[in-house]
Amino acid sequence: MNPTLEMQPSISLEVRGLRKSFDGQPVLRDVNLFVEPGEVFVVMGPSGSGKSVLLKHMVGLEVPDAGEIRLNGEILHELGSLSQYRVGMVFQSGALLNSLTVGENVGLYLSEHHLGSSAEIAKIVAQKLKIVGLKDIEHKFPSELSGGMKKRVAIARALVIEPQLMLYDEPTAELDPLMAVVIAREILRLNQTTHSTTIIVSHDRELAFGIADRIAIILEGSILVVGTPDEIRSSSNPLVQSFITASVSKDRIDV
Amino acid sequence: MFHNIGEMLVLFWRTIRAWRNCWSQRRKILDQMFEIGNASLLMACVLSLFLGGVIALQSGPVLRDRGLVSLLGGLVGLSVAKELAPVMISVLIAGRIGSSMAAEIGSMKVYQEVDALRTMNINPTHYLVLPRMVGILVMLPLLVVLAVLSGWFGGALVAANNAEIALSFDGYFNNLRQVVDVNDVLSGLCKSVAFAAVIGVVSCHQGLITQGGPRGIGRSVTKAVVNSIVLILILDYFLTRLLMIFDR
Repeated sequence: MNPTLEMQPSISLEVRGLRKSFDGQPVLRDVNLFVEPGEVFVVMGPSGSGKSVLLKHMVGLEVPDAGEIRLNGEILHELGSLSQYRVGMVFQSGALLNSLTVGENVGLYLSEHHLGSSAEIAKIVAQKLKIVGLKDIEHKFPSELSGGMKKRVAIARALVIEPQLMLYDEPTAELDPLMAVVIAREILRLNQTTHSTTIIVSHDRELAFGIADRIAIILEGSILVVGTPDEIRSSSNPLVQSFITASVSKDRIDV
Repeated sequence: MFHNIGEMLVLFWRTIRAWRNCWSQRRKILDQMFEIGNASLLMACVLSLFLGGVIALQSGPVLRDRGLVSLLGGLVGLSVAKELAPVMISVLIAGRIGSSMAAEIGSMKVYQEVDALRTMNINPTHYLVLPRMVGILVMLPLLVVLAVLSGWFGGALVAANNAEIALSFDGYFNNLRQVVDVNDVLSGLCKSVAFAAVIGVVSCHQGLITQGGPRGIGRSVTKAVVNSIVLILILDYFLTRLLMIFDR
């Protein structure tokens, strides 16, 4: 990543012919996507459809069997690392380093890349925590935080990078509906203030239809359809319809 | 197995190449050194005290029967300095520190903390492996020095206080000074450096390849300790053969 703290323009991301198998079991089958700079793009699909594996490929944590990921037209695996672009990722679990305090976690990128004195880093950490609605928790350890707070700390940690591309893995999973709305609003507000390209993988329909510019539906490792929320709602594909309209009703359960 | 050995050699080479980062990682290196020393110093000294004592107890009466009890200091001195202290302290550290390295890195791997480091362009070898390797490479030989002294003292205590041996402190240490020279202690230290590298690489590698949940972490810890001990004992034979060439 570019080791400065200045804001950089958002970048495009393209997935071309991506295939991945684990132990002979195909997880991604010829995935093709293009995400515009500054766009909020949600990849939706049921559990086990390959969403998280796709996201890991986008940040270089998995090596594809075939196909490629392009950041601003440059092939990710030819770059060697994410050294040229600033990519922030918020993991489903938060993935905060449990042995570090909240402050150390949020300031980790800055301290490890020597991008400021301790006082400067502490100031930036406080700013980023304030952006996600947290304050005075720098000295707490991740184990002392609730699920929602951990997610917000993880977002603050990603924000410190001043990301050009922000990736979220199931940001509302394991959260109560109220906290899920708070996090969704936070993601949208950050996209509008930082103008970073935002990619979210989720199976949360409300999140997807509430904040996405475009949505892709993935099923068994293949992209079924890509479009705006309205286009997805009006899709004639029965698999898409069954996914976006699935609901539980007492009257419809046969005993 | 060969795949794992290859991966461990690559990890070791990457760690060596990362030595320039020692200064920037100094805080974590000092933390590791404190952790290793603090956790093991007392145990290493007590273990070695009794190790020296039991050698004196076993061989003292036999030597006394043959009129050779004056050689006891040299016997205990050599066996502790060249063999027992480096091997036994390394086995102790493999169990005490190697397991904690594998568990800590393994849990970071399982809970995606290692992935989070990568997304921040922080190299896990620099951040996680280098401090642990430097810590153990510095602290294990230091512990072995203290263990050697402790083992010699343990032998002297038994020799002086056991009625069947009845060799004075002076008699014991005079013979030890005549028989053991600096090179004998240095050969033990050479071994301990090699064993430290084995424990560090095996444990960090096991941590980094951990998969699954808590069961995976448990498996990695067991493998780290068992593989380290097996490799220490195999390497000990070949290092002894090699060092014998220099002794001549």
